[in-house]
Amino acid sequence: MRYNCLKELSMHLTINWPNFTPSASLFGGILIGLAASILVIFRGKIAGISGILAGLMETENISQDHHRWRALFLIGLIGSSFIYQIFAPLPEINISASKSKLMIAGLLVGFGTRMGSGCTSGHGICGLSRLSHRSLVATISFMISGFVVCYLFLHAS
Amino acid sequence: MKNIITLLAGLIFGLGLIISGITNPAKVIGFLDIAGLWDPSLVFVMLGGISIAFIGFKLVQNKTQTVFDDPIHLPGTTQISKDLVIGSLLFGAGWALAGFCPGPALVALGAGYKEAFIFVIAMIVGMYIHDRLFKACLK
Repeated sequence: MRYNCLKELSMHLTINWPNFTPSASLFGGILIGLAASILVIFRGKIAGISGILAGLMETENISQDHHRWRALFLIGLIGSSFIYQIFAPLPEINISASKSKLMIAGLLVGFGTRMGSGCTSGHGICGLSRLSHRSLVATISFMISGFVVCYLFLHAS
Repeated sequence: MKNIITLLAGLIFGLGLIISGITNPAKVIGFLDIAGLWDPSLVFVMLGGISIAFIGFKLVQNKTQTVFDDPIHLPGTTQISKDLVIGSLLFGAGWALAGFCPGPALVALGAGYKEAFIFVIAMIVGMYIHDRLFKACLK
């Protein structure tokens, strides 16, 4: 049964070979894993971008270091484009979503990552590498929802 | 010293996102669109990230302090809640709509894309609605 399902799926999957970048993506992923390792080893913190960003807005019951490490990490993240383009032209960014779609998407991502305690980095990279069951459930949830919503918008109409 | 390392960690994280290609929403949507021409690159980003972070977290799993004497905070919750699933489903929907998750959106913002600016502002509003209004209402 399972074999048939997989066979069925693989027969319908068409790989986009020209856009497929396994080595660059693997190398980029290794850097992401390295950054997450550095942050936990030297600062004791989890590299979950949604949590780091939302933590910047907290003002109650916080330690002195609370805002500092978050701000520093985010400055590095936001400044990465600037550093990258010193060495090479930035890869192109294609954003097809309209203004209203961007706003709805942003609201969903902001609200959902807070409610679900994490995003692709916190659950998908850090949580899975810690073998957290919660993060596995979260990652499967946002992947499935991503596949379904993508299908609805691109193929169902 | 530890502040410079934190800044560098953010920088390396961002460079990883740029090199992996997922700061481009079109590439993320190419991954989520399994019924169309599928681009499995994002699987490789996760494989690379998880395998290295696995080693990183292994190195600290029995430690309670960093070399700079800061406490190591690892999430201790193990309960799988309704919020975890519903929140992640909502996040996935937004991710598929725009092709942005929080990290790549911030990198694209730094590269000067006004679409990323709109997305990030809406994302911060969404976080604020959850943390300040939604959670306060439940209390």
